[in-house]
Amino acid sequence: MSAPGTLAFSGRLLRRQLVLALRRPVDIGNPLLFFAMVVVLFPLGLGPVPAALASFAPGILWIIALLANLLTADNLFRGDFEDGSLEQLLLSPQPLYISVLAYVLAQWLVTGLLLALVSPLFAVMLGLAGAAIPVLIASLLLGTAVLSLVGGIGAALTVGLNRGGMLIALLILPFYMPVLIFGSAAVQAVVSGMPAAPHLAILGAMLCLALALAPLAIGAALRISVDA
Amino acid sequence: MYFDSLHAALAMEGHGPFVWAAYAITAVVLLTLLLSPVLRSRRLRRDLAGEIRRRETAAGEGRHASGT
Amino acid sequence: MWSFFHKLGSPPWLYRISGSILRWLLPLTLIALCAGAVWGLFYTAPDFRQGNSYRIIYIHVPAAVVALAGYYVMAIAGAVSLIWKMKMADVAMKACAPVGAALTFIALVTGAIWGKPTWGTWWVWDARITSMLILLFLYLGVIALYEAFDNKEAAGKACAVLTLVGTVNIPIIYKSVDWWYSLHQPASIKFTGESSIDPSMLYPLLLMIGSFYALFTCALLMNMRLEILRRESRTGWVRKLVGA
Repeated sequence: MSAPGTLAFSGRLLRRQLVLALRRPVDIGNPLLFFAMVVVLFPLGLGPVPAALASFAPGILWIIALLANLLTADNLFRGDFEDGSLEQLLLSPQPLYISVLAYVLAQWLVTGLLLALVSPLFAVMLGLAGAAIPVLIASLLLGTAVLSLVGGIGAALTVGLNRGGMLIALLILPFYMPVLIFGSAAVQAVVSGMPAAPHLAILGAMLCLALALAPLAIGAALRISVDA
Repeated sequence: MYFDSLHAALAMEGHGPFVWAAYAITAVVLLTLLLSPVLRSRRLRRDLAGEIRRRETAAGEGRHASGT
Repeated sequence: MWSFFHKLGSPPWLYRISGSILRWLLPLTLIALCAGAVWGLFYTAPDFRQGNSYRIIYIHVPAAVVALAGYYVMAIAGAVSLIWKMKMADVAMKACAPVGAALTFIALVTGAIWGKPTWGTWWVWDARITSMLILLFLYLGVIALYEAFDNKEAAGKACAVLTLVGTVNIPIIYKSVDWWYSLHQPASIKFTGESSIDPSMLYPLLLMIGSFYALFTCALLMNMRLEILRRESRTGWVRKLVGA
């Protein structure tokens, strides 16, 4: 049997990851539930005044999406590291860059994409202006992809450690900050009647940079973690 | 010297506490930064020396025991 | 050239040469630091707008400059240890983190103290202060990651990858925080812009920046010597050194 081509291989890897995720729908639902619960915390903490909530809504929604993404980052490689299939992947002749992208893409499809799709519901609950909702979705689609890629670096660095959970947050939250700045600024810009396209363009540029460099760092970090 | 007296230099026209606090904290942090490797390497060298001495005496006893 | 590079990779040589460098560099650094501080504190005129509180600049700016440069030193050492598998570069990278973190801490604390008389508040979410805070988090992240590994060789490599990721990210973080601040800049707080600094104030500042670089080098070498001793504790030369 001949080895599959690179694209076919990563396609299979992507399908495998998605099938694994779909077998445990609770794991897919958890970040969304987390999103919903933290949204409730803000009116409870800040008071239910609609005007105040609406003015904070872009920042609130973006911070929660970021935290939800952070919570799922830790699981990106853990299962495959523990059952040894990650080691097999590193030994295989397939380019690690593409395989790693398949992992991250699968994770983004079940977290970032879903978060972006359900965000309008919570945006309406927080009283965000209707005109800002498409931009919120667009910024989350672009931004969570960057977050997943950067989170993958932290996940790959800490996958061999038992107490990865808190550490990964300390490592990658600083790298999340530029995404948060431009993501929430895009939504804020629409609310205050300015064009959001420049912010979205910068998020897109960040995504291109992360796509180019993050898989390299993830690959190097995975090799270190598996060797250790 | 810009200030007329030591008292004026300490007060710095009301800004003294801030300036002196900033310099004091910096001095403390920098001294800790420089002293901690000195103290830690001194302790490490003492521990290593003790370990070597213990091993030597153990080896000496071992030779003695095998000789008898 | 190559023999120098090979010597640089040899722990006993590095231990000996760093010892003889420190013997003259450390006293010189301490003298320069004291001289710069005395010059800045007593022999310069106060700033016409901020009065005497501006004298904090002589420790705040050097600490901030060297803290940022320190991250790049750490990243270069990390890259060298990853690419050429040079053990001493790994030692240098590990030794950088606490020194850089301490200098960042100094920059933040002195900035906060400076803020009180100047802006009337201890903490302002100003672009530069926020960036320094993020830099502190980056340093602490490297230390936390190193300490989390039991296998110190893997710890060094993992930290090297993290610092390289940080190097790519630092300009992005700085630019985005700058931009974020210009968007939200409150009108009530006016900052002194890019005003030109008088030479009589500039020279002590340059002396202090130079002294802080020297201080960074000293602390780095001292931490490296400690780490070399720790790693080489089973070898003959350390036993001879300690036993003597």
